[in-house]
Amino acid sequence: MASSHSHPLFDYLLQAADTSLVLGHRLSEWCGHGPVLEQDLALANIALDLLGEARSYYQYAAELEGLGRTEDDLAYLRSAVEYRNPLLVEQPNGDFAHTVVRQFLFDNYHYHLLKALQASPDATLAAIAEKAVKEAAYHLKWSSEWLIRLGDGTDESRRRLDKAIATLWRYQDELLAPTPAEAALQALGVLPAYHDLQPTMQAHAAHVLAEATVPAPTGPGYQGAGGKLGRHSEHLGYLLAELQYLQRTYPGLQW
Amino acid sequence: MNESLTASRQPPTTKKIWALLEEVLDPEVPVLSILDLGIVRDVRVDGARITVTITPTYSGCPAMSAIGTDIRLRLLAEGYPDVVIKNQLSPAWTTDWLSEAGRRKLVEYGIAAPVPGTATGHALKLFGQDTAVRCPLCQSENTRLINQFGSTACKALYQCQDCREPFDYFKCH
Ligand SMILES: [Zn+2]
Repeated sequence: MASSHSHPLFDYLLQAADTSLVLGHRLSEWCGHGPVLEQDLALANIALDLLGEARSYYQYAAELEGLGRTEDDLAYLRSAVEYRNPLLVEQPNGDFAHTVVRQFLFDNYHYHLLKALQASPDATLAAIAEKAVKEAAYHLKWSSEWLIRLGDGTDESRRRLDKAIATLWRYQDELLAPTPAEAALQALGVLPAYHDLQPTMQAHAAHVLAEATVPAPTGPGYQGAGGKLGRHSEHLGYLLAELQYLQRTYPGLQW
Repeated sequence: MNESLTASRQPPTTKKIWALLEEVLDPEVPVLSILDLGIVRDVRVDGARITVTITPTYSGCPAMSAIGTDIRLRLLAEGYPDVVIKNQLSPAWTTDWLSEAGRRKLVEYGIAAPVPGTATGHALKLFGQDTAVRCPLCQSENTRLINQFGSTACKALYQCQDCREPFDYFKCH
């Protein structure tokens, strides 16, 4: 198929792939540092699922582009300004509460999006969603339960959770703000209309916050956005420096 | 391709290939063959070319590329060098595709088999256990979920409340 870099599906696949790769990399940074062994394992498992999903999107993007680039080229040889992930997923891990809130905001979006994407007329995208949604269900259960435990836990866990919510909640709006590429695909029915996802996402978040005894965050305030268009926080550059180190230093190196 | 390899003269039957695939084991749970796992979706023989279609268990499962290599090696050893491995995502693999023999082998190996028909995650049902999981050591159903995420992508960690042993559960998917 002849396609250019500006093909909306290609752009969207990179965005979806970058999002899962960057968050998966962040979670992998916990490996060996988790608060208890079981949660160390949980974080690494979720990281691995996201990495696998990212590979599916990158492979499809490379095939669609048809210029001979591989999944590895797309992951390892694009710079921060070419990365299309939303700002939320590149935010540093912080403490465990910070990681849980970031994960909850992502999982709540990711699970509901994948559910809808299974009905996409794009067969490959639908197949990737069908596969990943089962994993995303376990992720959302994990982050929802931990948000509740931390909120309804000790004074210390609550203090940390409140701080994480105050820092990270502002990044969720970018997830559902369509880029021009996403809007083009929504018009074709390839992607679901994001405002259709909003009610179920909001209902789940309200339920989890109530169980956690945490009041719903109020006010729009400053909204972090721009990552999906390549305008990133300083954090992404450091993350990619580590993620891409080997291929940048020894181009073409193989194991 | 490789002159040092002598290809079998006769094209194989698909039945023969299925029989060979029964000998390829899951690298992470080596008592299960890939047929027990239910990941082989199709086998096609087209002249000398053999196409094996497999479906991944989990998106990021590192065993998948090892399984592809193991299939090639097994068929190569039998004199079939022209092997194509196709990956098929849809329909998505489910633990409901585990064979009866596979379920039995899992329990004998000390891993609780997935409870059939519970193969979808209940993302919105919080703090609940999927179902009663039977201890593979003492058969008690008085068991407790320790961690939804275990030593590999396919397992959750449980503990038996009666014999007190922790054990792996091949979780529903
Ligand atoms: Zn027991």
